[in-house]
Amino acid sequence: MIAEFSMWQGLAGGVLIGLSASLLMLLKGRIAGISGILSGVLERSDQWGWQAPFVVGLILAWPLYNLANGPITFEINENLVLLAIAGLLVGIGTRLGNGCTSGHGVCGMSRGSARSIAATFVFMAVAVLTVWVKRMITGDAL
Amino acid sequence: MNALIGLLCGLIFGVGLIISGMANPAKVIGFLDVTGVWDPTLAFVMGGALGVTALGYRLILQREHPIFDKQFFIPTRKDLDVSLLGGATLFGLGWGLIGLCPGPALVAFGGLSTQAITFVACLCAGLWLAPRLIKQ
Repeated sequence: MIAEFSMWQGLAGGVLIGLSASLLMLLKGRIAGISGILSGVLERSDQWGWQAPFVVGLILAWPLYNLANGPITFEINENLVLLAIAGLLVGIGTRLGNGCTSGHGVCGMSRGSARSIAATFVFMAVAVLTVWVKRMITGDAL
Repeated sequence: MNALIGLLCGLIFGVGLIISGMANPAKVIGFLDVTGVWDPTLAFVMGGALGVTALGYRLILQREHPIFDKQFFIPTRKDLDVSLLGGATLFGLGWGLIGLCPGPALVAFGGLSTQAITFVACLCAGLWLAPRLIKQ
């Protein structure tokens, strides 16, 4: 079964993500990988001068969008222990694997990097499997 | 200038995530849940982002250097190692559990829900811990 989905919003949002990644390459020559940028901010890297504002921009997107267009749909599992475990796993995993959905999935795959294609295949497959197992155990994918 | 570039790119990226629906974990889980009522939206988000970035990079990388730096910083490694694939596995596990990856998590943080704040705090702890755990 296929859900009602939003092809045009999806494409439009994707185009904006691609524009942001291209702009960062054109202006600073850097990969728009969010886990790498956030690590740089935490480790006070020498790129802190643009990395910290990038994170601030991401965080400001919600309140600004909210002001202009009204509330944003947000449905999430409310179990704080599960949220904490997932957050830790995503942090450790993306640091060890040198990238996440943006760095490997968008930027790396765009350049045809073998490492990024392999990483994206692995985290996608594991995420699909995780959701499947979770649904089997709890009866709910979310 | 650096601050302006960072802020602008972060904002555009964040708005892209919101418009596409990817800042909403339920939408991401809907894509990953292939045996349920499948939501293909994420495939169009990836398609749009990959199309623009692939074309953008191709044009931009013909330049000698970026506008505000002396060189491009592009990863050059080609080997597949345990750290890459093990890291991707742990990331996939965490992503599948909740439906948030780092970009959408930071956007959600701007909504200031307890859930998003908890996730981002642990995400930062994980990013900081990983290299220190490896060194031990």
